[in-house]
Amino acid sequence: MAKEKNIMEKIAHANQSVTKGIDPKDVKHWAKIYIMGKVYEVPADLTIMQAMEYAGYRFIHSCGCRAGFCGACSTIYRMKGEYKLQTAMACQTRVECGMYLVQLPFSPAEKPIYSVTKEPYEGNSFLKYFPEIARCVSCNTCTKACPQDLEVMDYVQAALRGDFQRVAELSFDCIQCGMCALRCPAEIVQYNVSQFGRVMYGRNGFPENKALKKVVKATEKGEYKKDFKNLLGLNMKQSKEAYKKQQATKAKFLKGGKK
Amino acid sequence: MSTKTEYKLIGGYPQDMRNSIKKVEATRKKRAGKVLEGMSLKEREEVLNQCHPDFRPGGKRKIGLGLNKGNIAPNEVADLIEAHPLVDPKKINLKKIDHDVDLLIIGGGLAGTAAALLANDGGVKTDKILLVNKLRHGDSNSIMAQGGTQVADAPEDSPPIHYLDAFGGGHFTNKPEVLKALIEEAPHSLKWLVDLGVLFDRTEDGDFVRLAGGGTSRKRMHACKDYTGMEEVRVLRDEFRNREIPTLEYCPVIELLTDPTTKKVTGAVIWEMETGDYKVIRAKATIMATGGFGRLHVRGFPTTNHYGATNDGVVLAYRAGAKLRDLDTVQYHPTGAAYPQQIIGLLLTEKLRSMGAQPVNVDGEAFVYPLEPRDVEASALIKECYVKNKGVPTPTGMQGVWLDTPLIDVINGKGTIKDSFPGMVRMFERFGVDMVKDPVLVFPTLHYQNGGIETDPLANSSIDGLFVAGEVSGGVHGKNRLMGNSTLDCIVFGRISGRTAAKYLKKNKTAGKLSFKHLERYEKLLKDAKIKTNRKAPMVLPDYRGKEALERMLDIFN
Repeated sequence: MAKEKNIMEKIAHANQSVTKGIDPKDVKHWAKIYIMGKVYEVPADLTIMQAMEYAGYRFIHSCGCRAGFCGACSTIYRMKGEYKLQTAMACQTRVECGMYLVQLPFSPAEKPIYSVTKEPYEGNSFLKYFPEIARCVSCNTCTKACPQDLEVMDYVQAALRGDFQRVAELSFDCIQCGMCALRCPAEIVQYNVSQFGRVMYGRNGFPENKALKKVVKATEKGEYKKDFKNLLGLNMKQSKEAYKKQQATKAKFLKGGKK
Repeated sequence: MSTKTEYKLIGGYPQDMRNSIKKVEATRKKRAGKVLEGMSLKEREEVLNQCHPDFRPGGKRKIGLGLNKGNIAPNEVADLIEAHPLVDPKKINLKKIDHDVDLLIIGGGLAGTAAALLANDGGVKTDKILLVNKLRHGDSNSIMAQGGTQVADAPEDSPPIHYLDAFGGGHFTNKPEVLKALIEEAPHSLKWLVDLGVLFDRTEDGDFVRLAGGGTSRKRMHACKDYTGMEEVRVLRDEFRNREIPTLEYCPVIELLTDPTTKKVTGAVIWEMETGDYKVIRAKATIMATGGFGRLHVRGFPTTNHYGATNDGVVLAYRAGAKLRDLDTVQYHPTGAAYPQQIIGLLLTEKLRSMGAQPVNVDGEAFVYPLEPRDVEASALIKECYVKNKGVPTPTGMQGVWLDTPLIDVINGKGTIKDSFPGMVRMFERFGVDMVKDPVLVFPTLHYQNGGIETDPLANSSIDGLFVAGEVSGGVHGKNRLMGNSTLDCIVFGRISGRTAAKYLKKNKTAGKLSFKHLERYEKLLKDAKIKTNRKAPMVLPDYRGKEALERMLDIFN
């Protein structure tokens, strides 16, 4: 018993730097960064987000999922001695010595209103809702600004051609951080353009799924009612038996698979 | 001051970890396509008792007051329940109502957003709905869901089969009628998502790609690469914005309001984080969809959860008189990142194992069936590291086991990893590791709040005027949730709660009075239970500030 209790303590101890914040005594390597122009020494093994917290920031914005999915922690930085402005997600970028950085918690971008269920699946609807895409000068600034390394300019061009599928494929990994729009000299809101493209393609680009349709219909007709009634009527022992039996069919059904 | 890393890294890993990787590579061919047999129910029970954090002594206690008095909860949860309100009710002016609505929705993940849409479909006018968010609309655990959404639509599958998988996966502790509601509504929900434009993975002929998950006996996981939750959130949020439903961001709820005589929930007080002032919301119905509690770091575990996952909804609803359940179990995801430091705790989706990646120990040996239910799989990993001492130590002192990701390409063909897991490949690349070539190091991480505010098949809580949806609710998953049933839970019960609230609003035309009467009762309960504490709750946000900075912090504006 005592031994295993020890396990939990060991685990908690091993995780301390992540769960409780970092003790400078444990830090071996440091980096000098500049948050809004002010210099801070922070542990070199951290992300920008963790480093800002180490420096004393308690985020009330510019911080969301902390794992690269939500696009809340958009950051602009420049390396000391360089002129080039770079973009990053604070939670997905390790600090580097000489970073001058600031966060952008919000992008005040325009979003047109449309109805995905009523809008006809016609290529020119891109221009109807986003006429500004015609102003694209192919400067590729949006692509360079994308922290997900997407080919942003290419999907804007695909939108101009009315190619829903191409827009959807090229933009699928977009986290809507807004950096492309903020850098665009033509005032295009790329991430809204691609959102429109994806929902239109998702709704209209595939044949109706017959298997799904069948199950929806069967549910509506109450075809599973009897099975459910039986299942809910089982006592604990019977439930366990039925579960065991069903799990035993795994091998038959889980083999192989379509790619 | 030095900026050089202490270890010479080879492809992102120090030499001693590289040595172990060589052993993994040596056994890879032999392991390809072969997996160890699954455990029997008895073996599962043994490893759970031996190594699962929920089953190990310590870490929990009985809740000392209220409806669930005597029920077990993690200390971190009990601490928040046994606490005082954040602000003195006397300092809040309830006479000035800032937002007067029919339906208040707290939390803008998948559940809250779906609820708004279905309430609107059910007849609640857009300008009579208000969705409030602690952070931004969509910043949630939902958006981080990677693996997929379970729907039993394959020809060899059926909703009753799905039901039994989930019931057994939950160790037969789920509320049967609530679970049935989840499963029955699943096909409709999937159709709804597709009709709104969600891009699920497809085969070349346009059929859905369906995968297995831990504990499923059929392939029914519908994924959107490894961005399933993000894609679902994006689409629902876009629809929400197209309908121009009002929403507030950076406005956490810090207290519910109740009618002093009927005890009905009649609104909430929000705190504007940027300015520090409060606003009063009056609502005829309220849906609680605040999500989970990973940021409490139960038992000192890292977490996969987003920054705002601090259990607020459970705390607030309990004070208002709602019943809770199944708080005693916590879901640890078997495969959180254990290396490098920058991403410790972050989720490596179960879909990796669905597609053939195997957990492997320091000597390159497989030691567990890769797709046991999550609690069993997590326990097996802890056992390998801390009982059998076959873990791989990291430079920060953690132990982990390898998840042999290159196997996925060996089994499914070159390029599969990049196509199926673009988010994951990208994340590791950013920190110097190539998961296509090398395995990645994993250790269980705090992932999901199994229990919560007790719900019923229509998303009712036990108190009038309050409905619940998503991770904050308790009952549907019992004491353990299966992969792919959480996004499903959010979507299905988001929809059901929206529908139920719309119906409720047709019968209940007035909100009732606004008061903090429930807090008076709660303070008395605290006193009667002899709980003396300075703790205040909800937590709202965790605090990761560095020790040095904190020691010199001055609060001169207050």
